[in-house]
Amino acid sequence: MDELLKLLKQNALESPKNLARMLGIAEEDVKKRIEQYEQQGIIRGYQAIINEDRLDLEKVEAVIEIRITPEREGGFDRVARRISKFPEVVSLFLMSGGYDLLAFVKGRTLKETAYFVSDKLATLEGVVSTSTHFMLKTYKDQGVLMHTDEDHERLKVSP
Amino acid sequence: MSVSRSAPKSAIAAHLDGVPRSGIRDFFEIVSTRKDIISLGIGEPDFVTPWRIREESIHALERGSTSYTANLGMLELRREIAAYVRRSYGVEYDPQTEIIVTVGVSEALDLAVRALINPGDEVIYHEPCYVSYAPVVAFAHGRAVAARTSREQDFRLNRDQLEALVTDRTKALLLNFPTNPTGAVLLRRDLEGIAEFAVEHDLIVLSDEIYSELTYESERISIAAMPAMRNRTVFLNGFSKAWAMTGFRIGFACAPPDLTEAMMKIHQYTMLCAPVLSQWAAVDALRNGDGDIVEMREAYRQRRNLIHSSLNAMGLTCHKPSGAFYAFPYIGHLGLSSKDFALRLLDEKKVACVPGTAFGDSGEGFLRCAYATDIEELKEAMERMADFVESL
Repeated sequence: MDELLKLLKQNALESPKNLARMLGIAEEDVKKRIEQYEQQGIIRGYQAIINEDRLDLEKVEAVIEIRITPEREGGFDRVARRISKFPEVVSLFLMSGGYDLLAFVKGRTLKETAYFVSDKLATLEGVVSTSTHFMLKTYKDQGVLMHTDEDHERLKVSP
Repeated sequence: MSVSRSAPKSAIAAHLDGVPRSGIRDFFEIVSTRKDIISLGIGEPDFVTPWRIREESIHALERGSTSYTANLGMLELRREIAAYVRRSYGVEYDPQTEIIVTVGVSEALDLAVRALINPGDEVIYHEPCYVSYAPVVAFAHGRAVAARTSREQDFRLNRDQLEALVTDRTKALLLNFPTNPTGAVLLRRDLEGIAEFAVEHDLIVLSDEIYSELTYESERISIAAMPAMRNRTVFLNGFSKAWAMTGFRIGFACAPPDLTEAMMKIHQYTMLCAPVLSQWAAVDALRNGDGDIVEMREAYRQRRNLIHSSLNAMGLTCHKPSGAFYAFPYIGHLGLSSKDFALRLLDEKKVACVPGTAFGDSGEGFLRCAYATDIEELKEAMERMADFVESL
């Protein structure tokens, strides 16, 4: 991956000035390249990574394995795109193995999420079966640990 | 009435008198009394050892792997080292007879010097340099002869400088590129000249390549790979820097069988073997750690770019360090000695850098800024330093 994109993935708030200094290029070039990435749809958004377990939220998250019937024209795409449009679906992936799609779904209550699965998802044309797993606790999300290891102290000056 | 706690007069061996305490240690004692400082004085990675490597060491402990190993180190590890040196530097060593695993590269260097030096023999080294080189030679009753490198030549070393220092007592040449504290890297033509010099004067080259994985632009060449050099080189390397394993204390030396045997003789009586858990960690580092190095190297390179441009922007000329994780800016034009500059920077801006003089007299006028530090802290340190320079 382009080094600029990697740096933005680590910290999207990094200023163009510092990005430029780290990459050894001009600040203007950094701004231009970010703009291009946005226009090309390669950068699709900027988000904070939040440990929601630490917030007093009423929410339910589930992972749903979905088996669907591929269509002659379009394969899995048409059904997958329909599913991805539901706001409850946070992430959706086409998978190899025992099922076809893996959906990460978010709702406020167990009831709400169950309703979404049984009434919206399972009844979609092309969906053969679903298997729902509720998430209990987050340890790591998008490469970021949700717990802080104790700081290891280095000597203040060493050879 | 006070009771003396000193040992009897002249109990301490005379040859230690000429060896100064490490300048790093002096400065450490000053800095360690201060609070809330940003330290650019730390000569070790800020990364924790990659989890997979730590996990391997834990697994070895769970298995009950708590015994001595072979004096030379576990054969499994020596085989991995042989494969690594072959693929990374193109030099072949026999894991049975030409590789010894040591407690850090520091031990490997000490063994090599003690295995080679007769009292009065001379070892040429380059300065500014890592703090231990001249002392290790002195401990072996040898004479350390410094070749001073300069910022005009980006702290590289060339054959002409060496020719001026060689005598009929010169036994060995000690190299450390990339260099702590300057970040200097040798070009191929430098290495060729030095190799020819070594052959012509029949010298052994001790090449401490601990920072070699942290080389950013230039090609990574070991002097051991130069023509006719393999059999007169002791190739020294270890896991501390590139794999962020300083506390594991694990390094190695590769050398022809007779030299390895001589080093082993000292090692078996003084150290026995390197810690077994560290050896297992090292096996995993060599088997699976390439990706970790790439990630860390990239982070260091970005910080190098940041610190290099920031230092130059504040008017401290600094050559672009091509390796290791140190910048070595010139501060001599500001009317302060290296030590005074470092002390005032610490007092007034709470930023710790090591005075260049800790790395030899030729470090006067310079400051070592280690950038193995979190990027946010590095940015803050650069702003504070710029304020300080402005205020002078």
